[in-house]
Amino acid sequence: MADLSELYQQVILDHNKKPRNFKALETPSITQEGHNPLCGDHITLQLELDGEVVKDVGFQGSGCAISKASSSMMTAAVKGKSKAEVEVMADEFVKMVRGELDPDTEENHLGRLKIFAGVKEFPARVKCAALSWRTVQAAISESHDAVSTE
Amino acid sequence: MQTQTASEFDVAKVRADFPILTQTVNGKPLVYLDNAATSHKPQCVIDTINHFYAAHNSNVHRGVHYLSQLATRELEGARDIVKKFLNAASDKEVIFTKGTTDGINLVAQSYGRKFIKEGEEIIISALEHHANIVPWQMLCEQVGAVLRVIPINDDGELLMEEYEKLLNPKTKFVSVNYVSNALGTINPVKRIIELAHAQDVPVLIDGAQSAPHLKVDVRELDCDFYAFSGHKVCGPTGIGILYGKQHLLEQMPPVQGGGDMIKVVTFEKTTYNDLPYKFEAGTPHIEGGIGLGRAIQYLESVGLDNIAAYEHELLEYATELIGGIPGVRIIGTAKDKASVLSFLINDIHPHDIGTILDQEGIAIRAGHHCAQPVMQRFNVPSTARASFAFYNTKEEIDALANAIHTVIEVFG
Repeated sequence: MADLSELYQQVILDHNKKPRNFKALETPSITQEGHNPLCGDHITLQLELDGEVVKDVGFQGSGCAISKASSSMMTAAVKGKSKAEVEVMADEFVKMVRGELDPDTEENHLGRLKIFAGVKEFPARVKCAALSWRTVQAAISESHDAVSTE
Repeated sequence: MQTQTASEFDVAKVRADFPILTQTVNGKPLVYLDNAATSHKPQCVIDTINHFYAAHNSNVHRGVHYLSQLATRELEGARDIVKKFLNAASDKEVIFTKGTTDGINLVAQSYGRKFIKEGEEIIISALEHHANIVPWQMLCEQVGAVLRVIPINDDGELLMEEYEKLLNPKTKFVSVNYVSNALGTINPVKRIIELAHAQDVPVLIDGAQSAPHLKVDVRELDCDFYAFSGHKVCGPTGIGILYGKQHLLEQMPPVQGGGDMIKVVTFEKTTYNDLPYKFEAGTPHIEGGIGLGRAIQYLESVGLDNIAAYEHELLEYATELIGGIPGVRIIGTAKDKASVLSFLINDIHPHDIGTILDQEGIAIRAGHHCAQPVMQRFNVPSTARASFAFYNTKEEIDALANAIHTVIEVFG
């Protein structure tokens, strides 16, 4: 049986309450919208790039605890990383929450983001956790169409 | 309405009719409080559908053989049950559809495209489900008509004086729900119809949420159209009913062409069939119609008045118990309400509420309830919604209250 405390861990609840980088950037290089039409979650993500490196990042929007905490921890994780490194983390994160990557046994670059592994037990919430990562993927790719989880 | 005490209504007996209710979810007894989304099916409806396929399966309205006659008789028998349920004047006024959405689209595309012209107006309300907004927006785009919206107050009640102001010589149609799916408000539809009829404007009532809870007499109500869904009245999905006054249906062109809706087809000209078949192109959802007929018989055996009285008791109990929990805010506090409780807990997102309740075996809806304008009116992205049926119990509402306390604990 899925364990509720696996999903709502203290770190996640803390990021939900006090999201990091919850701000608008003054000189963003990229602004990217993402939304989950099923539940109305919405994120506006901004990146300031220095060459290939994410120099600063900010997000705004509304969503459930999982989506907000995921956004907050995503911004903390990608700051200072290269676009290529972000790409790898996004791919690994999405695989992890879908249950396609076990962060304890398989090589990965997720670090603290591993606490979202419990989301795989809650299929209805996978999209909530993945939204911010889908959005940052789109932001650093060539296409800047708004991201939808549907 | 006559009030009835819970002791006269035997909920344990009713629950025994619904096999799905005995299961556990996440190790807890299922507490199903998502009845506004869909209702469960009593064994008699399941058996009826089963029996149709096991013993009577055949196509309808065309075969001279034994099974086809049986199937036709059963489906037409179901139409007759619906006719009596609604107190329609004739079987010709009862059209099988896919559901409420399908019925509203039929009226918009048939009546609307024929009779509503550029610059003319259609009135809906701020409480509508998307199914009673989008078909009219599509029609407005097609013919150049204008959509007008009756506003609501902070309790989620229609502002009737604003409705009266909206009615004008350009108004050509009014379409409102009887009961709001998002808030549970019961609208004064009789008065809405009277006011529209005073200006010769026809009215469609979206009955998706009223059919399971309220006895509706379409002739007493004098609505021109009434649409509802089978799956919300303990019947199958994919079947619904559009009631329409015969003189209106006769003037309306079919929306879909095909088999069953014709009398004679040549490559030069096709003569359409009589009512109601004119609007039922193709092989119908036969077992759906038969299952719906059985579901209505079942509801009638329980008694619509008993159902309404018991559900009202559940609503009052839940409103007091859940509304009394510190941090809970009820959205939708109309004086006249059906058994829907939309709520928020502090600033906790309804999706998180839904997940935690699900762990306790409690099924509710979390989201915008396909009524985004209602959410916008209350300035919230979504709500948690518990909706009660006559097979729910006060003990289940106690379980909901306990689980809400768990939600508050988790989020501190």
